[in-house]
Amino acid sequence: MALLEIRDLHVHFRTHDGVVRAVEGARLSVDRGQTLGIVGESGSGKSVTALTTIGLTRFPNATITGEIEFDGMNLVTLPDKQMRSVRGKRIAMIFQDPLSSLHPLFKVGWQIVEAIRTHENVSKKAARERAIDALREVGIPNPEKRIDNYPHELSGGMRQRVMIAMALVLKPDVLIADEPTTALDVTVQAQILDLIRKLKDEYGTAVIMITHDLGVIAEIADEVAVMYAGRVMERTTREQLFTVPELPYTWGLMRSIPRLDAPRPGRLDSISGLPPSLIHLPSGCPFHPRCPYVMDICVKSDPQLEASEPGHLVACHLPSAERQQIGRDLQAGYTA
Amino acid sequence: MLRYIVRRIFWGIAMLIIVSALTFIIFYLFPSADPAQLRAGRNPNPGAVAAIRHSLGLDKPFYVQYWEYMKGLVLHFNLGYSYFNQASVRSQIFARLPVTASLAFGALILWMLIGIPIGIISAIKPRSFLDRLTMSGSLVAISAPVYWLGLVALFLFANDIGVVHLFPGSGTYVPFSQSPTRWFGSLILPWFVLAASFAAFYARMVRAQVRETMSEDFIRTARAKGLSERRVIFRHGLRAALTPVVTMAGLDLSGLLGGAILTETVFNIPGVGRYAYDAIVNSDFPPIQGTVLFSAFFIISANIIVDVVYAFLDPRVRF
Repeated sequence: MALLEIRDLHVHFRTHDGVVRAVEGARLSVDRGQTLGIVGESGSGKSVTALTTIGLTRFPNATITGEIEFDGMNLVTLPDKQMRSVRGKRIAMIFQDPLSSLHPLFKVGWQIVEAIRTHENVSKKAARERAIDALREVGIPNPEKRIDNYPHELSGGMRQRVMIAMALVLKPDVLIADEPTTALDVTVQAQILDLIRKLKDEYGTAVIMITHDLGVIAEIADEVAVMYAGRVMERTTREQLFTVPELPYTWGLMRSIPRLDAPRPGRLDSISGLPPSLIHLPSGCPFHPRCPYVMDICVKSDPQLEASEPGHLVACHLPSAERQQIGRDLQAGYTA
Repeated sequence: MLRYIVRRIFWGIAMLIIVSALTFIIFYLFPSADPAQLRAGRNPNPGAVAAIRHSLGLDKPFYVQYWEYMKGLVLHFNLGYSYFNQASVRSQIFARLPVTASLAFGALILWMLIGIPIGIISAIKPRSFLDRLTMSGSLVAISAPVYWLGLVALFLFANDIGVVHLFPGSGTYVPFSQSPTRWFGSLILPWFVLAASFAAFYARMVRAQVRETMSEDFIRTARAKGLSERRVIFRHGLRAALTPVVTMAGLDLSGLLGGAILTETVFNIPGVGRYAYDAIVNSDFPPIQGTVLFSAFFIISANIIVDVVYAFLDPRVRF
């Protein structure tokens, strides 16, 4: 049994323009010491899935069904009060832009101490000591001094380290990182990913890494879920994804990455069309209007997530053999 | 920081000189009436008018008049004497300042106590019945002119002419030192009338500020930490949302300390505003100049103070 398991999660928001189907039957799981990468475009439902996990999508206009099982609890139906003791303490989350995610008017130390004292009955002094230790652990030099800085006095990488320190100071079971490196410089990105990996290995934290960047997935994920239009369309291990990707959408994502190890194409490929409106989803497979391999059946019927081979789930109507052939050729083309 | 303050004070003084010169020029070019004529009584002979004009120094070129005025102001802090009763403008203003301050501070407390909670509640429960009610009500309060509101309040609640005899009406002001209770009673209606549009404006401003703040990323972080919603709103949300409101209140208060002309006039409160109003009606230039300068002084100093205080409220602000 996985530590955190999401089963058939649906998250809908009623708006003036219609019902936004942000998440449609997502199915995910992550285990202790493991990193699950969730990859997809904006609006594919990755962030909503994550926020729903910690109960932050319980708006009056939201309808949430399905199950999120965590340590014997169903987080979908868990009462708010109990949800609060899970949130931050057992499942922590960090966000994309560390400058706007930290309160601009409070010192970073105050913010970390607040996180500690919300969940544990410790003195201010003890909490402050722990905050300093946490800052040291995430690689902030001079933590005794930095603890009294305001967020705007730190660099982008340092701010994200503060966020990580704040998230990990209570030793949560799960860390959800929503595009934690997107707003950072490339060199700093690598440092932050290294740090997350190091802390995961040290504490056995389960990590859910949300990103639109396959490079980040290649760097850090053990398991990968590719999301599109609110559903998980492909699920497999990182190795499998990068050797035999089986989903036309995944192929599109891979082709749109510039490669140094392949002859330079005239133009970089991109997936044609736009992500679908989550209010008016296409019939059948949500990817069919943009899929170069579209068949008649794709317009009519919504493909289910099925095992193509052990440990590799794909939701696509293309025959499995054909998919594997195309996927293998695609990846081989680069390494040849 | 110190250099910044010194520079701001320097510019503030320059601004005061410009304001005084402008007031002087405007009065010289467009006097509401000829002061000498007004003082000379009915059917005066031209000789008497000329004599008065000479004694007031009004026959000198205006730049000489201005120069002498500024000399008196800078060297002796002398704001001149009324054309009508020779009373020292400075002592008149200082005598009336506590009256205006009573009105202004009371109104400030009132509009903050009304506006901020309403703004917070409607921001947290947008589109609720309470939100719609208070926000449409605030539009009415903002749109209603103060003198109209004042007259309606007197008509409804004054204990002499009112429909319901509830509060002391116009012209009942008593200094605090004489009788605190009667002082308080006489100011109840003026406080509410003066605070009404401010309270409405602040309710809308606080609502907008809080709503904007509550959609910030750091609020999501606060929730993700597992804080109670109460703490998220009151500690994280309001700390950021109310900072601009505090500074705004400082500026509005300073504007009122220069005299709440309409309110003081409607309720016949002997404050600085009433003094300015009488001076304008009587074409009595020295009190006009004096009250304008005083008002400008409050506004300019409040601007400097507010900017300095802001640096303490928001650590991101540096000079």
